[in-house]
Amino acid sequence: MKQLTTPISDEAIRDLKVGDSVALSGIMVTGRDAAHKWMIETFIKKTRAPQGEDMQVYEELKKLLNGSVIYHCGPVVAGLDTKEYKFIAAGPTTSIREEPYQADVMKHFNVKGVIGKGGMGPKTLKGCEETPGVYFHAIGGAASFLAQTVVKVHGVFKMDFGVPEAMWVIEVKDFPVVVTMDSHGGSQHSVIDDASKKVLDDLLEKPY
Amino acid sequence: MRDLTNEILELIRRTSSSLPPDVEKRLKESIEKEEPGSAARGALETIMKNIELSRTNSTPICQDTGTPIFQVHYPVGWSTIQLKKQIRAAMEQATKKSYMRPNAVDAVYDKNTGNNLGGDDFPYIHFEETESEELTIELMLKGGGCENVGRQYSLPDNTLGAGRDLAGVRKVVLDAVQKAQGKGCAPGVLGVSIGGDRGSSYIKSKEVLLSEMGTRNSDPKLAELEERLTSESNEMGIGPMGFGGKTTVLDTKIIGLSRLPASYFVSVSYMCWAYRRRKMTVKGEEVTYD
Repeated sequence: MKQLTTPISDEAIRDLKVGDSVALSGIMVTGRDAAHKWMIETFIKKTRAPQGEDMQVYEELKKLLNGSVIYHCGPVVAGLDTKEYKFIAAGPTTSIREEPYQADVMKHFNVKGVIGKGGMGPKTLKGCEETPGVYFHAIGGAASFLAQTVVKVHGVFKMDFGVPEAMWVIEVKDFPVVVTMDSHGGSQHSVIDDASKKVLDDLLEKPY
Repeated sequence: MRDLTNEILELIRRTSSSLPPDVEKRLKESIEKEEPGSAARGALETIMKNIELSRTNSTPICQDTGTPIFQVHYPVGWSTIQLKKQIRAAMEQATKKSYMRPNAVDAVYDKNTGNNLGGDDFPYIHFEETESEELTIELMLKGGGCENVGRQYSLPDNTLGAGRDLAGVRKVVLDAVQKAQGKGCAPGVLGVSIGGDRGSSYIKSKEVLLSEMGTRNSDPKLAELEERLTSESNEMGIGPMGFGGKTTVLDTKIIGLSRLPASYFVSVSYMCWAYRRRKMTVKGEEVTYD
């Protein structure tokens, strides 16, 4: 298993190939539907004017995301009353919902990796080639196990999105992932999709 | 009437943090089918560690604690109004205790209520009066990832060459499995209902998932189709998490309903490997959990 710590260099990213198992460490930021929509509309396409603390958060995010990783995750968090946050359950959520946004967010913030589950489509794959970056597949549902790799919660942005949708800044140690989309155009998801479609077509031809 | 709020809270804790033994056993058996060192096997091994850790620490198996689906069978004389209040109170407490993630989002105004109580429909509760003296409450937590890959077909389906018979049912279910890939957190369990209207068809495809692994339909024709669909789904090589591998579907459960002469629906509900379902039984003063 390869070991990588954020911030990750372009060389280290180009070195990764589909199928590689990686243990990730360092600081990363969670983000899912509301966060991606907000980043695109407010800072990238600028179709929505920044409000409240948006610009301060943007400056912080630029520093945090440069060379780092976005984790598609809506965690269960304890300590909401005292703000002594602790991740209780934190597995990946379905990534494909961010397909319209992901490539642009990667390029804008120089995000080197996206962690999620289920894989992403051609637009993100192209984004991985251009940034360069990779898609890291985590084990869906393994929430208690993955929460244990979160050694510290540094803070949270956009709590107005609600706990699952907020952007949590976390530090992880040996977070296990598998590269399923690399920066050379390789996607395990399209390989498996094509192969299973062939089997399905044969099965559909079989008599009952 | 007795207040069962605390007992229902315990049901929620168990459901969220402790996977039923029959599911755990089936997952464990599947490890040996995957190649040593493969991503598929690694995924299953992580899953097994996660199951143990969640049970030990009473933490959610999956952070998506899902749609809470309650099935309540109540003896004559119990008040469903009271039971519903108690279920809702327990759900709020379970959220505070981090057994549940706040998961009810107003679909029009996009606001999370923060306590898992939405309108009248969240959590989902189905009440059924029974002649038995026992009250039973079953709970299933069904996450969004697997819910999103569920499908409903109106037969005939010409693109798949699926007619209005069991041969057609087989074709559309296999299509649903191929389209789901690993996105529903494979290896999954299929709940299939044949017939009904669009609504009842989907509801029954979930209710059928409340039975234990390996429970076969009493109709031999459907029992055979259940076995066949599991085995043919696994031929597709999608594997755990869609990494490729031999274990894609752990079990299939089918229910046949009545339909209108004009309609022939087949609904497929996909349940992820984190197949969280638990049951509590109240008999006199005694409360037991499965």
